[in-house]
Amino acid sequence: MKSLEQLINECKEQAFDLKFTRAKEWKEEKEGRVLVGYMPIYFPREVIHAAGGMAVGIMGGGDRKQIIKGDAYYQSYICHIPRSILELALDKHLDHIDGFIFPSICDVIRNLSGIFRQQKIGKFVKYMDFPQNFLPEIGGVFYQQEMEHVMHYIKEINGVEVTAEKLNHSIGLYNRNREMIEFIYDIRQEFPWRLSIEDVYHIIRAGMVIPVEEHNAILEQVCEHIKENIGEPQDKIKIVVSGAFCEQPAVGLIRAIEQAGCYVVDDDYMLGSRMILGDIDTTTDKPLEAISQAYINQSQYSSSIYDVHDPKEYRLAKIVKDRGADGVIFASASFCDPSLLDAPIFQNAFDRMGIRYIAFQYSENINQFKVIKEQVGTFSDSIKLWEDEPVETV
Amino acid sequence: MAQEAQKEKSMIIQKEMVSGLFNDLAKAKETGKKVCYTFIPGNLSELIRVFDMLIVYPEINALQSAMRKKSATYIKEAERHAHSEDVCTYVKCDVGMMLKGNIGPTGEKIPEPDVLLLSYTGCFTFMKWFETLKREYPNAEVIMIHTPYQENAEMTPQMTQYMVKQLKEVVIPKFEKVTGIKYDEAKLKRHLELSAEAEDWITKIFDTTKHRPSPIDAYFAGVYYIGPINIGFRGTQQAVDYYKELYKEIMLRVEQGLGPITPEGEMKEEKFRLVVEGPPNWTNFREFWKIFYDMGAVIVASSYTKVGGVYDMGWRHDPSRPLEALAEYCMNCYTNLNLPQRVDLLAKCIEDYEADGYLTNSIKSCNSFSAGQLGMMREIEDRLEVPVGFIESDLVDPRYFSYSNIKNRLESYFQMLEQRKLIKAHEAAEA
Repeated sequence: MKSLEQLINECKEQAFDLKFTRAKEWKEEKEGRVLVGYMPIYFPREVIHAAGGMAVGIMGGGDRKQIIKGDAYYQSYICHIPRSILELALDKHLDHIDGFIFPSICDVIRNLSGIFRQQKIGKFVKYMDFPQNFLPEIGGVFYQQEMEHVMHYIKEINGVEVTAEKLNHSIGLYNRNREMIEFIYDIRQEFPWRLSIEDVYHIIRAGMVIPVEEHNAILEQVCEHIKENIGEPQDKIKIVVSGAFCEQPAVGLIRAIEQAGCYVVDDDYMLGSRMILGDIDTTTDKPLEAISQAYINQSQYSSSIYDVHDPKEYRLAKIVKDRGADGVIFASASFCDPSLLDAPIFQNAFDRMGIRYIAFQYSENINQFKVIKEQVGTFSDSIKLWEDEPVETV
Repeated sequence: MAQEAQKEKSMIIQKEMVSGLFNDLAKAKETGKKVCYTFIPGNLSELIRVFDMLIVYPEINALQSAMRKKSATYIKEAERHAHSEDVCTYVKCDVGMMLKGNIGPTGEKIPEPDVLLLSYTGCFTFMKWFETLKREYPNAEVIMIHTPYQENAEMTPQMTQYMVKQLKEVVIPKFEKVTGIKYDEAKLKRHLELSAEAEDWITKIFDTTKHRPSPIDAYFAGVYYIGPINIGFRGTQQAVDYYKELYKEIMLRVEQGLGPITPEGEMKEEKFRLVVEGPPNWTNFREFWKIFYDMGAVIVASSYTKVGGVYDMGWRHDPSRPLEALAEYCMNCYTNLNLPQRVDLLAKCIEDYEADGYLTNSIKSCNSFSAGQLGMMREIEDRLEVPVGFIESDLVDPRYFSYSNIKNRLESYFQMLEQRKLIKAHEAAEA
């Protein structure tokens, strides 16, 4: 077994390899392999795996890619991630990726799919219209058809026919992946000092760009390590970070939140890897239906999923309660419509419920956090020093 | 003189239609009519009429508030309630208006919704908007109909079936429950016949810009022309009559060789013909328009007038397949088209209407339109070698309308168009 430090260092390298080296190597190892890039938030990677492909998460350039060409396509009042994704594409970082999937997150990502079409990037471009109707016989069927389109595109490239057996096997791998990620969060709920949130972030993000089998092997070892009583507890409050599900904050910001006095016991940074809560059925002869059912019945709340039947503010409040968190940090990417439009819903509800929170905005390429760090530090102090009332029961 | 009188007639008809709508809304409690809030793109007016409901369009309230100089106050009110500076100002204006008592343009309170019908067409923010409204109106029945995006530039049978199933199994049963009225397909078909007729007329109206001079401005006046077909009158005889009358007036202008009517009278000389992409600014609508007509610029086509339905490519509501027609209508609204489709449509307008230039009015708080506009502009420039221009403003937030900046940019753009005309004339003479 590798040391925890070794594992973390490997993940750090993979997570921010904007040339997607491991994915490229994997593709070249065997004929017929296909790489499919997908944008945040979520895509059922099982489908690509079963088709002989590998899903590659494209989470933007962060603070590690200078934007020159991408800015020419976007006005100043549009978020940063589309310009950095386009920059990656125009600088040929994505050349070995065969096709691109744009999940229905917001109008910006939707229209980015149009720019990829205009620029003729990749062998296929698919805007993945996730159903906003949650009846299995209506939205569920439509979702299965959407997944079939993706399978069709991949088959046109490599000729692979997806069978129920193959898909069930892939689902099993991702079930295990999610299970271990949740195990890490569960351990951190009690012992957040055993693994910093920065390390967790690198470990999960690495899983977006390497084969799931390799990621599972890493996670197995990480889970073993953190079962041990390692690290030293510090006097910090516990908080949940919400709103950073698409454009990612720079790692420096993720680190700064914890350094400023907050253990992050849950977050939505890598929401796509944790979107399905619990396992998807692997024993059915209709695995697409199983994936669809899981999306409809077992999804985490998200700003991109219509929530009127299951309001998100109560779901987040439940996470806060279940994790024993002292408060919430709403971190939204600048100009992020889904996150910012949800802000009043969350904040007005949390005012009523007595859940403490702060809110700020960031951009993936900004690496100066002094003001945010002070804000977070003050939030932490205010709870530590003037703690008087428990969080209202939900 | 006769021509001016005829122009007034269509305006009077429209004014009566709109004031009638707001009067009906004001009396909704007395008459017991149910009230349905919905959006312009993908509005299911004909179906709502089958259930005899009155319709409120939150984005129309917002733009009217802006034209009445009330949007700044409403937006500030919403921002006091945690709404970000950087999101759709229609949403904030609507929420602010609600927080301030929901007083409509006629000075009377707009009734609360019995139904929130979210047809979610081409704009992700609509979904977030109705999530917000649902929390403000917890007793309203909320109905979502998910319109698939034309990602592959097509409406597939699967997409249509997805929508038809939602109509049959979600929308119609909920309408029946709220109103107590049984779904009447024959009545829907009659409305759809009238819709198709109105769609024929409005297509002919916007096609009159082929004439030189163009008898209408298809953007600044166009937003008035699309009023009846978009705000609930599609599917009625009133709408058909209005468009017939309007067409008659416009054709009279064509016969007389007259240009568009502006707020300061008839435009005397048509110097430039433009196609405009993006919604207009509503807070300074008159000032904005004046910059154009003062410079002799007329808009011969605009994407904004297609936001409530694209009819100029031949699509019509088909009464013989009523629910399929409603589904296709929703999927075929402008912002539900993918970017290559939008470019093709605008390029066709530039060619068909012999435009001298293509101008983008980029709206700060509308990503559905704005994200991708620069790429579209670049492609149109490359494909058609037409001069492109770019300005920025906002829908209803006056803080983002900078008159001087816009005027400077437009003046430079018009100078460029002028110069190009001279060069072309010179080249033609030499040839």
